[in-house]
Amino acid sequence: MELRPIFSTLRRHKTTAWLLILEIALTCAIVCNAVFLIGQRLQRMDLPSGIAEHELVQIQLGPIGKNADAKAQSATDLAALRQIAGVRQAAMTNQMPFSCCSDSTGSIMLDPHQQQGTAQVAEFMGGAGLLSTLGAELVEGRDFQPSEYVDFDAAVQALHDGNARGLPQEIILTRGLAERLWPGQEALGRTVYFGDALPFRVIGVVASLARPKQLEQGVQYSAVLPIRMTVADGSSYILRTAPQDREAILKAAVAKLKQLDPNRVVLVKRTYDDARREYFAGDRAMAGILVGVILALLTVTALGIVGLASFWVGQRRRTIGVRRALGATRGDILHYFQAENFLLASFGIALGMVLAYGINLFLMLHYELPRLPGIYFPVGALVLWGIGQLAVLGPALRAANVPPVVATRSV
Amino acid sequence: MEEYEMFGYYLDLALRSLKRNRVLTALMVLALALGIGATITTLTVLRLLSGDPLPQKSAQLFYPQVDPYPAGKPFSRSGQMPWLMSYVDAMNLLHAGKAQRQTALARSRVKVMPKTQEGKPFYADSVMTTADFFPMFDAPFQYGAGWSAADDDSRAQVAVIAGFLNDKLFGGANSVGRMIRIEDHDFRVIGVLKPWAPQPRFYGLHLGGRDYGNGEGVFMPLLGARADGIGPSMMMSYGPGASMEHLETSPSIWLGVWLELPDASAVSAYRLFLADYAQQQVALGRFQKSRTALSGLMQWLRNEHVVPDDARLQTGMAFGFLLICVVNTVGLLLAKCLRRSREIGVRRALGASRSAIFGQFMAEAAIVGVAGGALGLVFAELGLWGIRHQPAQYASLAHLNLPMFLFTFVVALAASLVAGLLPAWRACAVAPAPQLKAN
Repeated sequence: MELRPIFSTLRRHKTTAWLLILEIALTCAIVCNAVFLIGQRLQRMDLPSGIAEHELVQIQLGPIGKNADAKAQSATDLAALRQIAGVRQAAMTNQMPFSCCSDSTGSIMLDPHQQQGTAQVAEFMGGAGLLSTLGAELVEGRDFQPSEYVDFDAAVQALHDGNARGLPQEIILTRGLAERLWPGQEALGRTVYFGDALPFRVIGVVASLARPKQLEQGVQYSAVLPIRMTVADGSSYILRTAPQDREAILKAAVAKLKQLDPNRVVLVKRTYDDARREYFAGDRAMAGILVGVILALLTVTALGIVGLASFWVGQRRRTIGVRRALGATRGDILHYFQAENFLLASFGIALGMVLAYGINLFLMLHYELPRLPGIYFPVGALVLWGIGQLAVLGPALRAANVPPVVATRSV
Repeated sequence: MEEYEMFGYYLDLALRSLKRNRVLTALMVLALALGIGATITTLTVLRLLSGDPLPQKSAQLFYPQVDPYPAGKPFSRSGQMPWLMSYVDAMNLLHAGKAQRQTALARSRVKVMPKTQEGKPFYADSVMTTADFFPMFDAPFQYGAGWSAADDDSRAQVAVIAGFLNDKLFGGANSVGRMIRIEDHDFRVIGVLKPWAPQPRFYGLHLGGRDYGNGEGVFMPLLGARADGIGPSMMMSYGPGASMEHLETSPSIWLGVWLELPDASAVSAYRLFLADYAQQQVALGRFQKSRTALSGLMQWLRNEHVVPDDARLQTGMAFGFLLICVVNTVGLLLAKCLRRSREIGVRRALGASRSAIFGQFMAEAAIVGVAGGALGLVFAELGLWGIRHQPAQYASLAHLNLPMFLFTFVVALAASLVAGLLPAWRACAVAPAPQLKAN
């Protein structure tokens, strides 16, 4: 296809051509960045938690003031919950991966004299069976032994008295955290320090266990401590069951707990899937809004192309008629308009890519976003070329249908 | 009068022209409306989020910060000041009484037990604070009043409750003097608030709980509530031995302090006092750093990024969208105008002045603008309906108000007139003669 006639025609419609190029460029820039943002959100929503997500339900009861019986009551509750048909395992934990509200963290150190912590670590605490109830996969070492567990209130008292012996001596880390602390080396048997140089020996490594919040601190930087929790510390009951039984188990468990003490308040009762969905609800909403904006933008741009192309076709009816009379086929006319649109879109895309890069730089500065990956440029170009061709098809076909006789007619 | 008639004539011409190209006109209006709708939706949310929670008082409210963290284990790696204050520092500032009014507060979720037999216990958001809280923040009373500084010191078991909790517990009657049971302790109701909930809840930042929506249900004297073992929702420790049981003496921050400083001289005097205080604490060995901060209410909200990044991003994108819609409208208007070169030539030859042609095309753009604004309003309502179904805390507050309603038309008109400038200028530049000759 000869491009020279297209150029010379466009030169006569400089302003409108530039406007179209500008519109395509702006659209390209915004769409590239919006798609990138969507990708970021989806990636976040897809993060692995490391636990048996579809088999867990969570129940949190309101703490009952200063209840000296909290320990006994939690034990009774757990025993009763394990009795429910369909409950495979039950445990208490202070927090769950990707879920709101509870989030206990501490600064981990490799050396007791270190001035600043090496990483901010999420501290999971719970009694016997926590890891297996959650379904976190132990890849190295062992789980805690019964003698290694310490009660939460005793641990707090020991911490307050500065008595390191009252605290647990063992810890289990995630593989991600172990890799961060000792890249490429064995983690088992090493010692880490928390708080005022309190030592903990690494006895196990789990494949993965995501932290509850503050994901920017390192999604996988979690540790498990052998500390028995009770209802009084705001901890939750976690039940593991078959995926299809979750709703029924949740109901039965709440009924059982209320039966044990009708005055208790249930603060949270949900399947883990719901907890996770709730946690990422904001990301999902943002991704939805971005999709909406992209669709609206592409629609507006397509409508703009249709409008301008129709106008050009109307204006050039005579010229088209002359060309047809001089032997140009319908295909020639069709291709002419398609090529013209392709050319304008290419200019727009080239300009748009520069703009997209600029906007991305701005976002990187102000919103801590990563760099736009190169793959977005060719994909964005293909999409806009496609939309341009789709939008111009109607007007171009109309142009192709202009009969040669128009040339001889005076308007 | 003549000008008015001319304007009417332009409108008439514009309407005729728009009717002639229905599809093109519809395209322009639709595109502009989409841009306007997106812009107004996001601007409404942004205004809601960045608004002043207490317009009549915010200029006099200040948030002081000191830094009790050890030099080696700072509060944040980026050098932020600690968000909250320790009990000792908060009480020292309160007792110094250097501001016109001062209060310390923490938030908590407390169990409330209805007195009736069949009533089930439930949890309510609460604030533990000191006497100045109510007059400082202009909290309006339906019945009774707040407590006194003497009540603070005597650890009085009294409470102020919100109107909605009064409705729930006492059927909306004057409940002053009645008892309510909070965390298994009896408190005497001494005041009931009228509906009151600053958005966002500036005083509760970093204290846990929700920052938007309904306010707290229960307000209790800080010392009285602590005497009953009621703990705060948020606590951060800066040294060994911090625990929920020994909050008053342990190295932990869990209180927000607010000051009322009536004018600039009071502010600078307080700044000096605060710097002095920090120096003293360093001398005493309690602090290792003498840095302090004193932020006005609005400054504090800005510092703590109360407006989420997502809302800013959405607004930026909406403006980009509007820009594209304007470019689109310019293109289409220009196309329409060029198509009518012959008509313009004829009108010019028949004596129409350049300004007449210009006016006619601007009138056309204005009509597109008003129509786009009206349709944009529909899109904005749709968008806000969508926002209200989002999971954010502030979602239910997203409504179009009158200023935003008027602003919609201003934006629409401005956008369309800007879009109309180039086409109108091109139209009035058309020379009369050649167009006639061509025929």
